[in-house]
Amino acid sequence: MPPQTLYEKIWNAHIVREVPGQPSLIYIDRHLIHEGTSPQAFAGLKAAGRKVRRPDLTFAVMDHSVSTKNRELPILDADARGQFEALERNCKETGVRLFDMHSKNQGIVHIIGPELGITQPGQTLVCGDSHTSTHGAMGALAFGIGTSEIEHVLATQCLSQAKSKTGLVRFNGARPKGITSKDFILALIGKIGIAGGTGHVFEYAGDAVRALSMEARMTMCNMTIEGGARAGMVAPDQTTFAYLEGKPFVPRGKEFQDAVARWKALASDPGAKYDVVLDIDAAKLAPQVTWGTNPGMVTDVTSRVPDPNSFADPVDRKAAESALVYMNLKPGTPITDISVDRVFIGSCTNSRIEDLRAAAHVIEGKHIAKNIKQALAVPGSRVVKAQAEKEGLDKIFRDAGFEWRDAGCSMCIGMNDDVLPSGERSASTSNRNFEGRQGKGSRTHLVSPMMAAAAAIEGHFVDIRKWDVNGAE
Amino acid sequence: MQPFVKQTGLVAPMDRVNVDTDQMVPKQFLKLQTREGYGRVLFYDWRYLPGEKPNPEFPLNFPRYRGASVLLARANFGCGSSREHAPWAILDYGFRSIIAPSYADIFYNNCFKNGILPVQLSDVQVDDLFKRAEKQEGYRLTVDLENQLVTDDAGLRIPFEIDAFRKKCLLKGLDDIGLTLEHEPDISAYEKSNPKSAPMYDPVDVKIAQPQT
Repeated sequence: MPPQTLYEKIWNAHIVREVPGQPSLIYIDRHLIHEGTSPQAFAGLKAAGRKVRRPDLTFAVMDHSVSTKNRELPILDADARGQFEALERNCKETGVRLFDMHSKNQGIVHIIGPELGITQPGQTLVCGDSHTSTHGAMGALAFGIGTSEIEHVLATQCLSQAKSKTGLVRFNGARPKGITSKDFILALIGKIGIAGGTGHVFEYAGDAVRALSMEARMTMCNMTIEGGARAGMVAPDQTTFAYLEGKPFVPRGKEFQDAVARWKALASDPGAKYDVVLDIDAAKLAPQVTWGTNPGMVTDVTSRVPDPNSFADPVDRKAAESALVYMNLKPGTPITDISVDRVFIGSCTNSRIEDLRAAAHVIEGKHIAKNIKQALAVPGSRVVKAQAEKEGLDKIFRDAGFEWRDAGCSMCIGMNDDVLPSGERSASTSNRNFEGRQGKGSRTHLVSPMMAAAAAIEGHFVDIRKWDVNGAE
Repeated sequence: MQPFVKQTGLVAPMDRVNVDTDQMVPKQFLKLQTREGYGRVLFYDWRYLPGEKPNPEFPLNFPRYRGASVLLARANFGCGSSREHAPWAILDYGFRSIIAPSYADIFYNNCFKNGILPVQLSDVQVDDLFKRAEKQEGYRLTVDLENQLVTDDAGLRIPFEIDAFRKKCLLKGLDDIGLTLEHEPDISAYEKSNPKSAPMYDPVDVKIAQPQT
């Protein structure tokens, strides 16, 4: 057999039916659903008189529209309440496990999947959310789907899929202090553009990736979709196995040892062929800050807002011009001169315990700047929240002037009570800086948790490498 | 699903690259539980001024593009969120086909599930169509899936490529799930030889504790 990539191994192990010239029927090991994109799928299923084939492989959680303030209060937003009630009803009727908003294990779907060990190496996993790519960090093939496909998976536990092209992205060298995997992925998207990965599945490798924690790998895989690739993956290794051991849905004892033996065989074979190979020198990366209205419009913190005229392609020039109008930025402005109104630390990209520890380290003993109207620290799950509180991080955030919240998507999407007001500017650890993403007319700058924390303290972006970040990682 | 065979309609240009699905249907409309009625909110933040007054500068609000059913777009159309509300809104507004140089993967896939034909042409061809649509008021195109052709009244003929299986499904308006369920024996056989389950080794605080099997 010719050498195979991680992607090909998982793909081949999940083929239910293969006919030349047609998409393959692929088995789905885990299906995650949330209140936002599933009601229409359940309604369609019901209308056609179909059943959920494998409720035991389907997991539901409330995350997008939940309040992160006080969940004991009545839900005033009738549409959001309708979504929650629909999800609860649908789960009850079909026997799907539900982590509702009052569950101790509730959290953002892409945080709780790995945290509970629902996501495991070698699996196929889908969810009606584009950031499903997060789960690829475990060495799984995970990607976002639309509502029609949710319905398809509910009914058949399969998906009809064409094979993707593959890309190998290697981050080489040692990661410098103050640089995180968020900077890795932003730098990659800046390089290839937001459509650079279209049609591909990316595998991340190289010594700088191997040295990353599981949580840091999740951040990278999470934002893979922002570069157009539907899935990002990291071959499972000792870091992965150590992370998984003891998680609620992960096998124990001998079963675990057997699983590890199987998982070890998943790594891409030496000599496996990829459609694209890209090498990035991690040692030369600087902290990244987006300046425009998509994640590919990004630059080093030491740099300046670009002049649209510096873009050779007229299409890029036009896009940069309109982005700068929307962002209310002048070409040539140093990134560190951009002041922000609000800071958001959270989202499925950066709300895990390590993210909160890093941010807390940066702000400990300091206070947010006078011009900061609001600074939010939103743990990705209630498990993360409990852990953070055990470590006293909540106190550090509160003492520094941050609001300490309950778990949910919060200001990343603004489908709940956290919205960035029109005309205001945020330093955000989330994943999208699209027009209106955090609120109509809002202006988002994507950064790492340490960079967001430092921006909260200074009121504008700063080069985190100039701070003492020794204990932050 | 409504089949797509051949369609002739007024062309509306959307001259902007990387149009993401957040723009097509902003977040505040993702809390509804229907697949219908999103046409009114398509491109909401661009299309309306405060108080839902139509923005006269937004092309879809130009009287000349009223009733358009072919959407002409730029590269990487539909990037970002997987929300299927985006194609639902496009369809509900009245568009049956889109012509662009490239699409984001999830959006492209979602179009086919809703009877929308996303035609892919080269940058040069799309550029030319933009010029024609802007120059000639009432510019119409015929999108013929059967023969894989985009044509106009002036004799323009542009062939396009499309995956044969997707074409077949769209032409017949096939129900994907029904198709897959025809292969039930294959699915059961796979499940038998690859037993998958999600046993729980540690209790978690889950609401429906006993999934049916």
